[in-house]
Amino acid sequence: MDWLTTVDHKKIGILYLIAGGFFFLVGGLEAILIRIQLMFPQKEVVTAQFYNELITMHGTTMIFLAAMPIIFALMNAIIPLQLGARDVAFPFLNALGFWTFFFGGLLLNVSFIAGSVPDAGWTMYAPLSGTQFTQHHGTDYYVIGLQIAGIGTLIGGINFLATIINMRAPGMTFMRMPMFTWASFITSALILFAFPALTVGLAALMFDRLFSGNFFNPQTGGNVVLWEHIFWIFGHPEVYILILPAFGIISEVISTFSRKRLFGYSSMVFATILIGFLGFMVWAHHMFTTGLGPVANALFSVATMLIAVPTGIKIFNWLFTMWGGSIRFTVANLYAIGFVPTFVMGGVTGVMLSAAPADYQYHDSYFVVAHFHYVIVGGLIMGIFAGLHYWWPKMFGRMLSEKLGKVTFWIFYIGFHLTFFVQHFLGLLGMQRRVWQYLDGMGFNNMNFISTIGALMMGVGTILFLINIVITLRKPKDCSNDPWEDGRTLEWTIASPAPEYNFAQTPLVRGYDAWWHEKMEGNTAMTPVEPIGPIHMPNASILPFVMGIGLFITGFGFMYSGEWGTLGFITVGHAVGIVGLLITFGCMGLRSLIDDHGFHIEEDEILKDQGVKS
Amino acid sequence: MSSHSHVEDHLPHEPERATLEGRNKITAFWLFLGGETVLFGTLFAAYLTLRNEVNGGITGNELFSFGLVALATALLLTSSLTSVFALQAMHAHNKKALVNWLIVTMLLGLAFLGLEIYEFVHYAHEGHTFTASAFSTSFYTLVGFHGAHVAFGLLWAASILFQLTRRGLNTTTAPKVYLFGMYWHFIDVVWVFIFTVVYLMGKVG
Repeated sequence: MDWLTTVDHKKIGILYLIAGGFFFLVGGLEAILIRIQLMFPQKEVVTAQFYNELITMHGTTMIFLAAMPIIFALMNAIIPLQLGARDVAFPFLNALGFWTFFFGGLLLNVSFIAGSVPDAGWTMYAPLSGTQFTQHHGTDYYVIGLQIAGIGTLIGGINFLATIINMRAPGMTFMRMPMFTWASFITSALILFAFPALTVGLAALMFDRLFSGNFFNPQTGGNVVLWEHIFWIFGHPEVYILILPAFGIISEVISTFSRKRLFGYSSMVFATILIGFLGFMVWAHHMFTTGLGPVANALFSVATMLIAVPTGIKIFNWLFTMWGGSIRFTVANLYAIGFVPTFVMGGVTGVMLSAAPADYQYHDSYFVVAHFHYVIVGGLIMGIFAGLHYWWPKMFGRMLSEKLGKVTFWIFYIGFHLTFFVQHFLGLLGMQRRVWQYLDGMGFNNMNFISTIGALMMGVGTILFLINIVITLRKPKDCSNDPWEDGRTLEWTIASPAPEYNFAQTPLVRGYDAWWHEKMEGNTAMTPVEPIGPIHMPNASILPFVMGIGLFITGFGFMYSGEWGTLGFITVGHAVGIVGLLITFGCMGLRSLIDDHGFHIEEDEILKDQGVKS
Repeated sequence: MSSHSHVEDHLPHEPERATLEGRNKITAFWLFLGGETVLFGTLFAAYLTLRNEVNGGITGNELFSFGLVALATALLLTSSLTSVFALQAMHAHNKKALVNWLIVTMLLGLAFLGLEIYEFVHYAHEGHTFTASAFSTSFYTLVGFHGAHVAFGLLWAASILFQLTRRGLNTTTAPKVYLFGMYWHFIDVVWVFIFTVVYLMGKVG
């Protein structure tokens, strides 16, 4: 019950981690099924229809329900601690964001039980996703489930933006903020400006399907390329939403375990902002072969190539951070160091793809699949593993096993490269994406077999990581404030896991890498800016959970509006949908009308904590 | 203004910024309106793409009449002005005037919404239904999104009125009034764009 009503950002972070981790396993299982189907030519391990469902749900689940939530888990757990803040700007909204994401994701995956799974690819291109070619409810699940989950993401993004703008500790200027917080700040801005476009796209597709609209119906004047534009105006920033936090994590981890200040901090900030800006300028490079014309293609080619510049700045900064540092090869740092060459490889194939004429050859081949898995798995997932190993003690008060972690890293890392390196060549040889089988004698057999072995290795690696978590959960909670002993930022100045109020006394920040700054001056604690006093905390609330359920019910109702019979003048489905909306809006009203003043944690309780946790 | 309840005289000049929560709300709402801008921008883009695809049906030029739209525009722009008066009354800690101006704002918004509903029904009778063509679908989606925003704003204002009359003007209710004011201006600006892009360009563009 405590977990359903919590508004504590650290607990919400753990909730995001559990939900995101669950969906990560689901998406991984889908990936392994895809690879088993492609292990040998012309096999039928899964049916063609189920294969389409697998690739669609794998993409959708991994991006929206696994990667982003796990990023949000780390952001929730760490950002307020790095800022020296006691809480996020809107604790209640934070919880609401989690529950809407969770129920949206749940609705998407209920499609498996209901027997009509999205099967038009994760990009849902019209007209394939329209009523003409998808008569079952697959697209409806996608459209409505993502719409609900998207609300949660948008709420989370605005919450972090407001937190970072308004809740920094005294002395924590923007140019003293840790790199992870900076990256999350830019990511949140991208969420803010990208997600509303998806909202419109999904709403338009929903109107087309549920109310016979004509947005993407060519017979009545609709425009299918419009969907591609709207989707990618959201979709390209989305991939930067994914990778920027990973950049931030890598910056923190490499700096910590090189025992050196991050090289070129201000250029890192600049590069992050520039990548964020350019992320909005390149969406049409996903549509080179759509027929936009040579001028548009050339412009978007150049804009895409430009992104290599700030990314290159970052890569060299990481290398120069390690240069001359006393590097410790902890598991977190292994992932971070493994990230650098892997991401460069993904980036280089990205530049290759950005050349529009060449893209006519690469388009919809496995070369593209290899490219984006190199940047998303080799970039983001490695970043997430690095971040989880690095901040696990801060989230749970226990260290993950280093020994098992190293085994996991090598299995996962080798498995990853086995899986996707060969796919570059498969793509160049002409193997298409999204196709259920391939013919024998095309020269694809060996590489597909290798690729599948690699995928199974990644599966083993993930299972080992889970075993590591289980083993760790049985250890006592005995981490010190600064378990790595080289912590540089504010989160390492308080207990692990942090108390409910984070900081008993708000710290004074006197430089970049605030905690390291104090260490170098020979201090063992931060200078507080206030005496110990009562701390105001928000009350827990069940409303976010109920609102999530309300939206879940709404989605169901409108989806099946035509099929459950009628109640007088209204269909049963619509009635159910309206009931769900009333639940949600009723909760909004309650939240607005009932004043919630929160409570105070008194001085003696804080002092007692310090005796236990210092 | 000292004739009013003495409780309110303890308020600072800008009660909406008196607490951190209030400042957070204002910051976040500015950000939220940035996101809303993208939302409407995307809707406009879709409309501009599809506005000539009438599928053999009625065109915008034949459909739109300036009288109705001009009246709706006048109502909504005036309601923006009255919401400013409401905010000025709040800064003067004059709760009575604040409530009155809010009610005026709501009535103008309600009149606008009534006109829009009349307009939609009228168009539907002309054969310009939601499913008629890509033009009609994108028209109703764009203008309807705006109308839904107005309707939500009215409900919101009603909730704020209730809180003002029950609890008075304080540092908790003041930010809510301020946010509503921002929201209402935003809706107004979007309507100016709709007036230009949909109706003016539909008639002469």
